[in-house]
Amino acid sequence: MSTVTLPDPDRVVMARRNEVVKQLKRLAPEALMIADLEGRRTFESDALSAYRRLPLAVVLPANTEEVSAILRFCYENQVKVVPRGAGTSLCGGATPLEDSIVLCLSRMSKVLEIDTANRVARVEAGVTNLAITQAASAQGFFYAPDPSSQIACTVGGNIATNSGGAHCLKYGVTVNNLLAVRMVMIDGEIVEFGGSHLDAPNYDFLPLITGSEGQLGVVTEATVRLLAAPEGARPVLIGFDSTRDAASCVAAIIGSGILPVAIEFMDRPAIHVCEHFVPAGYPLDAEAALIVEVEGSEDEIEYLLEKIEDIAQDHNPTSMKRSQSTEESALIWKGRKAAFGAIGQISDYMCMDGVIPLAALPEALDGVSLICRKYRFDVANIFHAGDGNLHPLILYDANDPGQLERAELCGAEILKLCVELGGCLTGEHGVGIEKRELMYEQYTDEDIDQQVRIKEELDPAWLLNPGKVFPILGRDAVKPSLELTRLDAASDGLPPEDDLSDDIQTVESEGRL
Amino acid sequence: MTAHMRLGFYAPETEDELSQLVIQAAESRTPLEIMGKGTKRELGHVVRAGAIVSTENMKGISLYEPTELVVVAKAGTPLTEIEAALAENDQELACEPVDLAPVLGYSPGDGTFGGLVASNISGSRRILKGAVRDHVLGLTAVNGRGEIVKSGGRVMKNVTGYDVARTLVGSWGTLAVMCEIAMKVQPAQRDTRTLIFYGLADYAAVEALCLAMGTPYEVSGTVHLQGPLAARLSDTELAGNGSALTAIRVESFPASARYRTSRLRQALLAYDPSVELESERSRAFWRDIRSLKVFQDTKYPLWRVSTSPSKAATLVSNLARKIDVRVAYDWSGGLMWIETPSLTDAAAVDIRRQLAEFGGHATLMRADKTIRDGTDVFQPLERPHDALAAKLKHAFDPMGLFNPGRIYRQM
Repeated sequence: MSTVTLPDPDRVVMARRNEVVKQLKRLAPEALMIADLEGRRTFESDALSAYRRLPLAVVLPANTEEVSAILRFCYENQVKVVPRGAGTSLCGGATPLEDSIVLCLSRMSKVLEIDTANRVARVEAGVTNLAITQAASAQGFFYAPDPSSQIACTVGGNIATNSGGAHCLKYGVTVNNLLAVRMVMIDGEIVEFGGSHLDAPNYDFLPLITGSEGQLGVVTEATVRLLAAPEGARPVLIGFDSTRDAASCVAAIIGSGILPVAIEFMDRPAIHVCEHFVPAGYPLDAEAALIVEVEGSEDEIEYLLEKIEDIAQDHNPTSMKRSQSTEESALIWKGRKAAFGAIGQISDYMCMDGVIPLAALPEALDGVSLICRKYRFDVANIFHAGDGNLHPLILYDANDPGQLERAELCGAEILKLCVELGGCLTGEHGVGIEKRELMYEQYTDEDIDQQVRIKEELDPAWLLNPGKVFPILGRDAVKPSLELTRLDAASDGLPPEDDLSDDIQTVESEGRL
Repeated sequence: MTAHMRLGFYAPETEDELSQLVIQAAESRTPLEIMGKGTKRELGHVVRAGAIVSTENMKGISLYEPTELVVVAKAGTPLTEIEAALAENDQELACEPVDLAPVLGYSPGDGTFGGLVASNISGSRRILKGAVRDHVLGLTAVNGRGEIVKSGGRVMKNVTGYDVARTLVGSWGTLAVMCEIAMKVQPAQRDTRTLIFYGLADYAAVEALCLAMGTPYEVSGTVHLQGPLAARLSDTELAGNGSALTAIRVESFPASARYRTSRLRQALLAYDPSVELESERSRAFWRDIRSLKVFQDTKYPLWRVSTSPSKAATLVSNLARKIDVRVAYDWSGGLMWIETPSLTDAAAVDIRRQLAEFGGHATLMRADKTIRDGTDVFQPLERPHDALAAKLKHAFDPMGLFNPGRIYRQM
């Protein structure tokens, strides 16, 4: 039993499955069509793997024209469409419906053009985030947004969720680095927004499309900004006795006029897991650690790191370790980037994505720890502190009945706290199915209605990725497709007593991994 | 409730008052002209409205947290007030907004925060740091149904639902009336230096500017002024040289600014860098650029054209074969301010014919009313963008109350 229950599908559409498959094959002959049971199983969930539904079929088109033909067919036949990139969504942004097809863009993975004179790259939506930088790095350029999943996640998916990453403190998130998209609207019309020039001539659809979780159209190509790679970059690793000291140090650094390229925060459990996974010299005796990275020439880096270390001195650091080489820097980042995977090896986890104003960081961390204690879960915190984007990882055991539901309730309470502190539900993962009923926590009915009106102008029949983003209780337009238990409903009673082993301790004592 | 709305000028002080006004306008089907202080009224088409609604009485900074790099202010707050508050903490608006007021006949700095966001006119630093739109974190606005709608927030990252806030940026008050805006700010760099090159032809200048942008030195200003425009600069030495002027700016801490300009000098040796402007002199130069100083003392039509940098010089050269133009390039060539003779269409047809080939868009920023009445001030929309824009308009302002005809005479 879990808090988001997925519904009975529209049997009429399901009964037409063979016909839908046949027609789509005919309309998109170059597309890869996956209609067999085993094949469809591969796509039955994204990275929010607790929720699985077999789609009618999975179609992997070869080009924009095929996407257009597929969408026109679905539009005319009222077949729902769940767009998907690499399926790395942590919030069920690409969870299929049994009466939907999955439109997977991963075969459209070409880098079409690297134009260093104008500093832009034109790519197909299925290209991985990292592949852009790889294609441009020989010429001294890179693509700035760098989500942890950048080795796998696609640009199309990045656009759908407005992905960020560790380095967006300085370089911004996807919307700040996107110049144009080629996309297909639900009726099959192919539209281009933007170009290799800057700014929109009138209404700007790019910020609307970015972060719309595939609900307004299917992006098939993108033009993104390339930036000249810095001469060098180096982090300093600072340990603290308390999370409060670490938090006040972050505020002091930003207030001093230095804008590091990244400030990453790890609490004690995260430090230990990462250090076991990649021995990078993280301070094992510390309650919290910051990775603060600056860029520039050797002299500039030295100057800035010295200033940062001076500031940190006022916040009771227990250790300070300046990276001395590219290798050391790479190791420090390897640990950070591998953190989720490392934690995943010792426990199932749910990754939250709330954002809070920086000043509320100590309060937020205390709150997270209290809430997790209340639900009897261990928690590891590892996140982008410079922009207040928290990623509490709630460690639970998926094999123990009831724990998933409890973890979800725990997560919901954390996100409510973020909103209460002046922040928001999600900074870079998106709403998906996971947080859709929590939208009421952040927005009034009028706020949500305004967004829904945009959706209904562009996709009146709610065929594109329905059941995501917006609360569906009371919204007749999408209610038939999903049925859901309100997250608050079960949170009244105390969570059941449970003997949760301390996974972190286990790792340390047994050296598992 | 009266079904009639009194004609005239309304300047509500609160969101609720504004909401009531819009509800009243909706009930009486009274179209509204929306403005802040009205310093951009002469930009765009004449709005035929039954009443004017100004946000000028909704003012004040509601929150400023220097350690969080965020400022929240009411739409009617004078931009100068916000910039002064930021300066006290050695911070600034990253997008370096262009001050249009002087070229449109107003005093410098007259505009409002809401006007900045509604027009999205970013300055030279846009090329490094992003546009006005990129720094908007959230806002509250009243839509065409009179509903007070909030989007985004005051935190740095937010993908909770659609990004209505950034979608409203640059919509010239035609979708909703903004009440309060949260914007990301940045630390002001302590030093600035500018490399000056004289006498480069447009092609060579744009090439040099693009090369500079391709270095790791975080160039934050890339401008090329044709000779007649350079002669209008405040700095008498720069103005007196008599030739075209190309400028490349870096902003950093002092040692870094020195280092970076020296490296840029090396990288651009072939273009023969002449003068290096330090600190205050560098700042003064960029103040000229930001306030469009070189276009302030003339009355000719003025266009703002955005295209790919590598196409800019060809576009201008094609244009110059037909008409007499004076061009200031910014954004390493990607933005052109083009002064044209006072033709009946201010050369709209010629400019847009070029853009049809090269891609990009053009807005007529300054022209007599007679010219504006007969010309598309904003880039005309073609299929399917016209239909999509109409849908977006309908989602916010279904009755078409706000600024009718301001952007598109037919919409």
